[in-house]
Amino acid sequence: MTAILETTGLTKTFGAVTAANALDVRIEAGSVVGLIGGNGAGKTTFINLVTGYLKPTSGTVHFDGLDITGQPPRLITRLGLCRSFQIPQVFDSLTACENLLVGLGIVSMRRKAFIGSALGRQSPEAVAEEMLQRFRLGPYRDELASTLPEGVRKLLDIAMALAVKPRILLLDEPTSGVSSDEKFALMDLVLEAIRAEGVTVLFVEHDMDVVRRYVHRILAFYEGRIIADGAPAEVMAHPEVRRYVVGEPPVGGEGAC
Amino acid sequence: MSPARRTALGLAATLLLAGIAAPLLPRWAGFLVTIAIAKALVALGLLLLMRTGLVSFGQGLYFAIGAYAAGVGADALEFTDAVPMVLLGAAAAGLVALVLGLLLARYRTIFFAMLSLAFSMILYGLLVQSSALGSTDGFNVAARTVFGLDVASPVGRFGVYGLAALVAFVGAVGIDRYLRSHLGRLAPAIRDNELRVEYMGASVRNVVHLHLVMAAVLAGAGGALTALAVGHVDPETAYWTTSGEFVFVAILSGTSSVAAPFAGALILELLRSFAYEHAPNTWQLVVGSVMLAVILFLPEGLWSVFRKRRRAAA
Amino acid sequence: MDTLVAVLVDGIIYASWLFIIAAGLTIVYGVMRILNMAHGSLYALGAYAAASLAGAWLRAGYAPMGSYAVLVLAALLVGVVVGPLVERGLLRFCYGRDEVVLVLVTYALFLILEDLIKLVWGVESYFVSEPYGLLGNVEFGPLSYPVYSAVMVVAAVVVGLALRWGIYGTRQGKLLVAVIHDREVSAALGINVNRIFLVTFALGTTLAALGGALTAPTVSVVPGMGVEVIVLAFAVVVIGGLGSMPGAAIGSLIVGLVRSSAVHWMPQVELFSIYLVMALVLAFRPRGLFVAVEARKI
Repeated sequence: MTAILETTGLTKTFGAVTAANALDVRIEAGSVVGLIGGNGAGKTTFINLVTGYLKPTSGTVHFDGLDITGQPPRLITRLGLCRSFQIPQVFDSLTACENLLVGLGIVSMRRKAFIGSALGRQSPEAVAEEMLQRFRLGPYRDELASTLPEGVRKLLDIAMALAVKPRILLLDEPTSGVSSDEKFALMDLVLEAIRAEGVTVLFVEHDMDVVRRYVHRILAFYEGRIIADGAPAEVMAHPEVRRYVVGEPPVGGEGAC
Repeated sequence: MSPARRTALGLAATLLLAGIAAPLLPRWAGFLVTIAIAKALVALGLLLLMRTGLVSFGQGLYFAIGAYAAGVGADALEFTDAVPMVLLGAAAAGLVALVLGLLLARYRTIFFAMLSLAFSMILYGLLVQSSALGSTDGFNVAARTVFGLDVASPVGRFGVYGLAALVAFVGAVGIDRYLRSHLGRLAPAIRDNELRVEYMGASVRNVVHLHLVMAAVLAGAGGALTALAVGHVDPETAYWTTSGEFVFVAILSGTSSVAAPFAGALILELLRSFAYEHAPNTWQLVVGSVMLAVILFLPEGLWSVFRKRRRAAA
Repeated sequence: MDTLVAVLVDGIIYASWLFIIAAGLTIVYGVMRILNMAHGSLYALGAYAAASLAGAWLRAGYAPMGSYAVLVLAALLVGVVVGPLVERGLLRFCYGRDEVVLVLVTYALFLILEDLIKLVWGVESYFVSEPYGLLGNVEFGPLSYPVYSAVMVVAAVVVGLALRWGIYGTRQGKLLVAVIHDREVSAALGINVNRIFLVTFALGTTLAALGGALTAPTVSVVPGMGVEVIVLAFAVVVIGGLGSMPGAAIGSLIVGLVRSSAVHWMPQVELFSIYLVMALVLAFRPRGLFVAVEARKI
């Protein structure tokens, strides 16, 4: 399979802290990958680096063979590398429907600029209605985003990322702030909606049960490095992962602290 | 009926009424309405900027550019008709914003407000120093014809008034339609969350730049119309207190409707003409108090009162 | 050479005057996040109060030398009366709102104060030039300067040192720094943020009024005298960095020297040279010379 996203030696330092330490990551098109790691392990930094919010100290990012290192988020987004946010970044003074239309409108304007018309395509308004149904946001269609419950804002945030036609979508803690009994329902909904468009997915998650259920592959982060990379069962069994990420005491190490 | 069409029809009906009423009104009323429309055009530009999350304390810059360009056009280019003078004023202001926007579009909040103020004060200083443009006295501006009609003729007498109404109609309907377009919808999105707009693939800076130019074109047209109505321009048009007055109109009107700035400016001009007669030294006191009351009790502007009532009725 | 000396001396005198005013503006912004557009009106109030009180003092036949104390007293009076009045009566209802909204609120206040001044003092000018002439002139090479100008420079230095000591050398000052740093956390830690705001605004008002009071003997006190002062003070604090005290000092010096250079060498650019410098500084340092960049948000 071909790599849709590839980083080589990706490094970011903030003063004395190394938030990303020579990360070499290859993501195959069509896969679903989970990023795990404790707080401060460098997961969000990785997303911020790849999507252009942060400029790497060194190393490169390639998207579909194209060097996108240091490009601004809007250009990276236009290529099809999109993200959602841990804290929902929605437009508070717009309704749920209008929030989606912002992204759909941008895409439609760009298409028109290239092809002259959006012949044979659905209007952004029609796509917005369809997406609202798909994400079960229908009841909130005309509610201002500022008045929506946190879980719904989270869904809207992800739907907005999907509205700008990604080829790979990076979800930053899609289930944080969602109660544990709703997590599976939410992830079922999100992944079903996303996979319907054949989008590659990378998501940050703390709940190991959620990770195990959805991904083909796990990347485990610790202190800015990747300590394990592979199939879920393999990574979960990795001693460093058990110790630093899952939080189990080292084997036979009762008195070893 | 779509909201855009409703706005357009409402404005057209108002204009038609105003056109019919014009010959019946005393001369000062026609003048007052023309000035109100001209200032409302500047406030309409501020409405667009405020929807984008920006407040400019320097729209006097474009207002002055429009006024001076109209006058210079009449003098140097020998324009005798008001229409090309207004077009020149609007174009010149737009051009200045196109250049200054390269810098201004990078600024937000009070830094944007202060930098636009600084630019308008630079122009003020330049105008006061330039003897060719009459220094502090400014110079007279006059059009001999409007749309080819002699301003001394019975119909042409209302020429500038009619031209102002036409520009207002085009400007208001244009901005209303724009705000409902895909591009225009980015205005509130930028105000709410610039980062997300960038992460949806749009350039915030380019959109802000575009809005700066659009607001400047409106302010330039307003400046040219004011110069024609008053028959005179002076550097005071670029002083920061002139810009402050435009901000007042915009705050009074709120950003909820493109018709609001016209109502707001008309209220301001009516209040002013009464205050000047009865209490000349308390005019700013009245304006300041009204502004405070609006900010504290009607944060969405006076227009929101009508809106709420309509919503409550529906 | 003589011109150079004149540029420097004029520039420093002008900078001193600016610093007293700009220090008040910047401390109010730093602590309260209010860019006070009415600052110029408070300056004018100081000038009017000083002209009235010093005028009365001199007419009553008291020692002319005492008039300097009266000028300062007038500024203090404006600070402790008008400052708290504005803060308690108006500004406190607006805390927590957008910085731009607060600019608009103080702009409205500026309009109101401008007319209130006219209602109280009328529209004619006031003169109180005795303190200016009293000290005589000093020869500075071939140039002659009124000694009163030195009073302005001394006042600026005293204000600067007093603020430095007040902020870094006292307990109250440390609380102030905490509030500047994080208003919410300071309140949570039990700092009386409301009182700090009240004191800060009174202090800012006093400084504006002091600038006006010390200027009163050198000019005719007329309506609208604060209108230009506010944009000049803006230029100073924007150049230095909003909320930064060293920034206000450097900003004042830059603006003072730029203006005096313009006056002596290129009088045709005098009116806008300051704003040109402000625009240039902002072009390269969008938040001014002395302000650090903000932290990441996501």
